[in-house]
Amino acid sequence: MLMRKDAVIIGGGPAGLAAAVALHKLGVRDIVILERESQLGGILRQCIHDGFGLQRFGCSLSGPEYASIFIEEVRRLGIEYHTDATVVSLSAAREIEAVTPEGILCYHARAVVLTMGCRERSRGSVMIPGERPSGVFTAGSAQAYMNIYNRMPGHEAVILGSGDIGLIMARRLTLEGAHVNAVFEIQDHPNGLERNIVQCLEDYGIPLYLRHTVTDIHGNSRLEGVTVSKVDEHSRPIAGTEKFYPCDTLILSVGLRPDTELLLDAGIELDPRTHGASVDEHLMTSAAGIFSSGNVLHVHDLVDYVSLESEQLASSVSRYLSKGFSSDRALKVRCGRGIGSTVPQKVSSGDGFTLSLRFDAVMENVVVKVSQDGRDILKKRMRKANPAEMVRLDIGSGATACSGDLEVSVE
Amino acid sequence: MLQYSDAAIIGGGVVGSAIARELSRYDLSIAVIEENPDVVCEASGRNSAVVHGGFAYDRGSLKARFCVEGNRLMDELSQELGFRFIRCGKVLVGNTDEDLKQLERTISQGLDNGATGLELIDGQRLHELVPAVTGSFAMLSRNSGIMDPFLFTINLAENAAMNGARYFLSHKVISISRRNGRYIIHTPSDDFSVKWVFNAAGKGAKAISDMLGITGYNVIGSKGNYLVLDKRLGPLLPMPVYPVPSNTYMGIHVTPTVDGNVTVGPDAVNTDDFSYYGVPADRMEYLRESASALWPHIDRKDVIRTFSGILSKWVDRNGVIQDFRIEVRDDIAPCAVNLIGIESPGLTAAVPIACYAISLMAKREDLRLKDDFNPIHYTAKRFADMSEEEREKAIASDSHYGSLVCSCEKVTEAEIIRAIHNPLGVHTMTGIKYRTRAMMGNCQAGFCQMRIESLLEKELGLRAEDVRYLRGSSWVLAGKMREG
Repeated sequence: MLMRKDAVIIGGGPAGLAAAVALHKLGVRDIVILERESQLGGILRQCIHDGFGLQRFGCSLSGPEYASIFIEEVRRLGIEYHTDATVVSLSAAREIEAVTPEGILCYHARAVVLTMGCRERSRGSVMIPGERPSGVFTAGSAQAYMNIYNRMPGHEAVILGSGDIGLIMARRLTLEGAHVNAVFEIQDHPNGLERNIVQCLEDYGIPLYLRHTVTDIHGNSRLEGVTVSKVDEHSRPIAGTEKFYPCDTLILSVGLRPDTELLLDAGIELDPRTHGASVDEHLMTSAAGIFSSGNVLHVHDLVDYVSLESEQLASSVSRYLSKGFSSDRALKVRCGRGIGSTVPQKVSSGDGFTLSLRFDAVMENVVVKVSQDGRDILKKRMRKANPAEMVRLDIGSGATACSGDLEVSVE
Repeated sequence: MLQYSDAAIIGGGVVGSAIARELSRYDLSIAVIEENPDVVCEASGRNSAVVHGGFAYDRGSLKARFCVEGNRLMDELSQELGFRFIRCGKVLVGNTDEDLKQLERTISQGLDNGATGLELIDGQRLHELVPAVTGSFAMLSRNSGIMDPFLFTINLAENAAMNGARYFLSHKVISISRRNGRYIIHTPSDDFSVKWVFNAAGKGAKAISDMLGITGYNVIGSKGNYLVLDKRLGPLLPMPVYPVPSNTYMGIHVTPTVDGNVTVGPDAVNTDDFSYYGVPADRMEYLRESASALWPHIDRKDVIRTFSGILSKWVDRNGVIQDFRIEVRDDIAPCAVNLIGIESPGLTAAVPIACYAISLMAKREDLRLKDDFNPIHYTAKRFADMSEEEREKAIASDSHYGSLVCSCEKVTEAEIIRAIHNPLGVHTMTGIKYRTRAMMGNCQAGFCQMRIESLLEKELGLRAEDVRYLRGSSWVLAGKMREG
C-alpha cells in the first residue's frame, strides 16, 4: 500500500533525529523516520566515550546520552518512526520502499530527507596488500563488536590510520586488556581531533607514527602480523624501512565515506570531493524535493554540527513544502587554493546559508576568503588550518550577486 | 574412526564435487574428503568465473574436448543446480596485423575443437557490443559466458550430499595405504577404507598421486591476482574483454560477474607456495595499468577487494604446460582415478571431467544406476531478486525475510539462517558469504558482519571464540568481553 507523507526521513541517527524534531517544531507533522537498526541513534549508540555535545549543550556527553536527548524528543512529540526498516529503493520521484519484519512499507513523499550517515573505507578500498586472514577490522566494526555485541576482537593490536574512531579504539582496546602496539598514519599530520590524540594515545603511552603505513598483511588463517614501512612525501613506501609487527588484530581507521548507495540508485548527482550529494544552499540535491544532511552529505568532525546542519535542512524543507524556493541563480562554489571541499557546492538564491569547508593541508596563519568574480564576500583569519576539522562560515542573506561563481580559497 | 565406503573422492572443489554428484547417480556409498572447512576455498572459488568457449586449447586435447562439452552443458547444469550462468559472449580484442593473424588461428583452432559461435568483428561492431573498449577489431565468442563459481561448486556438492555422498570437511589426507584390495586413507581425525579413490585434490593432486605411488609428475603453481570493482561498474561491461591470447596464457582481462561487479586480472606469476594468496602492491598497480589499456573505467576508488588464485599446472621436463591427465594406472594403483594438472578450463569442464573419470571406473567396475537420483538442487530465489509482491509474500511466510542483514547486497536474516544450516555443515563466516553474498558489497562487511557472527553463535550454539572466518585457526573474536 502506498502511503503519502510530507517528509520521509531515511536514517534515524543524529542527523535524521535532529531533522525530524526540527521539522515537527516548524509545523511539518506528517513525517516518518525509517531506521534500519533495531534502535534509533545510529552510530552514536556504539560511541560510549564522551566528548559529544560540547558545542551544543556545553557539556561532555557520551554518544548514547547525546542521542537519547533527541530520541526522547522524538517520542515526546509523537513523531512516527520505524526501526528494523531498511530502505531498499529510492527514486528521484521520491518513491521509497522499505523492508521491515512486518512487511514492505511504500511511501510517496513530498520531501525526502537523506540522513543515512557514512561508512568506513575498507581494506579493499584502500588496497592494502597482503594475505586475507581474520583479525582485520575497520575501527567502527571493532567498536560495534565491543560496545554493542560484548565481543572482544583480539589481544595484540596495531592500528592503521589516525581517524577519530581509530584513536578511540586504541584507548578502548587498552582499557579492555588488549595491547595496542602503535598507531600508524600515512599522512604527515594526525587525522583525528587533537583532544583524541592526547586522551586516547598520549595518556596511555601508545605511540603514533606519522608517514608510516601497513605494506603487508601476514597470516593465512588468523592475522599473524603486519609489515609497516615509512613513506615518502608522495605517500609511497620507502624500500628498506620495513618493520614487522606481530599482532592478531589490525584496526583500520582509514577514512569515512558518505553511504550513497541509495543516492546512486536514484541518480542523484554526487560531488567527487565530499563523495556525498552535490547540494545547494538549501541542502537540496539535484533531485527536486530530496534533501541531505549529516555524514551522508559530507563527513563531519563533530556530531554537534551534524545536528545543527540537520536543523538548517529542516527549515529548508519546511519552506520548500509551504511555498518553495525562489531560485534566481545557478552559481557554483569552487574550491580554490587550500580548500579540499565545500558544502554547498552550488547556490540558487540570495538566501543566507552556512558554508562548510575542509582544508586540504595543515597550514598556519591563514585567511579564508569567499569571493565572487574577484569581489570579496567574506574573509576570516585563522591561526591554524587543520583538514581534520570542519570550518563553518555564515554567508549573509543577499551577500551573493545573481551571476558569477563563488570561490573559496586560502590566502 | 574408520569410515567404510565404496569410493572416496579426495578434494571437494568443483571437480571433486562434480565427481561426487555424477557418481551419486550410481548405487555406491561415497565419501568426499576435503581438507578445508568449505568446498570453495581454493581454485574453485578463486578464478575469473568465465565459462570458456573451448577455442584456446590445443587441437585434440582433453582441455579442448571437455571445455566444449562443459560449455554446452552449462545451461542445463545451471537449470538443474540453480546457480547463475549468463551466456553473454566475450571478445578478444586486437589492434595489429599480428593480432589479426593470431585471432584467425584461434578461430580455426576453435572450430576444429568443436567450438561454435566464433567470428571476427570490426571495430564498429566491437564498440556496439562493448562501449568504451579500446581496440580496432575483435574475435567474438558468442557462447562464452560468466557464472557464479561459488554456487556452482557448492550446489554440485550439496546435490551430491542430497543424493547420499557424505562430505568430510576439515579432513586433510596425510597418507594412503593399500590392504586386501582396499585403500586406507588416513587423516588426523578419521580413516577411510574404500575400494575406489578419485584424486581430485587440485593443488594437492601431486601429493596425493605420490601417496598412491604414481610418482614423477611435475606440477607448478601459476598465481593470478585480481582486483574486484564495485557493482556500479558492471552495467558498463556487458561481456568479458580479453586481449589476444598466447598459447599458454589468456592475458589480463576485465570480466563482469553475474552479480554486477567487475574483476580485473589475472596476471600469472609462477609459484611453488600453494598456500600463499597474498596480493602484493606492485601487482595491484600492474593489473590496473594493463587492463586500462583494454577498458578505461578502472579507477582505484572503485576497487572494493583484491584476491588471488593459484592454478596447478602439470609441466614436462622443459616446463611446457601439459594437457589434463586423467588416468587409472592398473599396474601401480588399481581402482584409483588420478587427475593431474586440472587447471583452467577446469571450472567450465568440471562435469565432463567428472564423467570421464567415472567412465574409467565404469570400465573396471559394474556400476548400477540408482532409481532415486535427483538431479535438481532447489535454490530459493534471492530476496534481492524478488519483486515487491514476492517480497511481501516471503515476509508474510517468514518474518526473518523482513530483516535485512546486509544492506549492500540486500541479504535477509532468513537467507543467512538458511545458509548457516547448509547441508554440508559449513560453519564459517565465508561459508555464509559465498552462499548468500552477504559481506560481498561495497562496505565489505562493515555493518553486517557483527549480526552474521551473532547468528552463527545463536543458530549453532557456538561460543564467540569458536566462530571461524575461513580456514584453520581463523578465529574471528577472542571471546565475550564480559559474562552475562
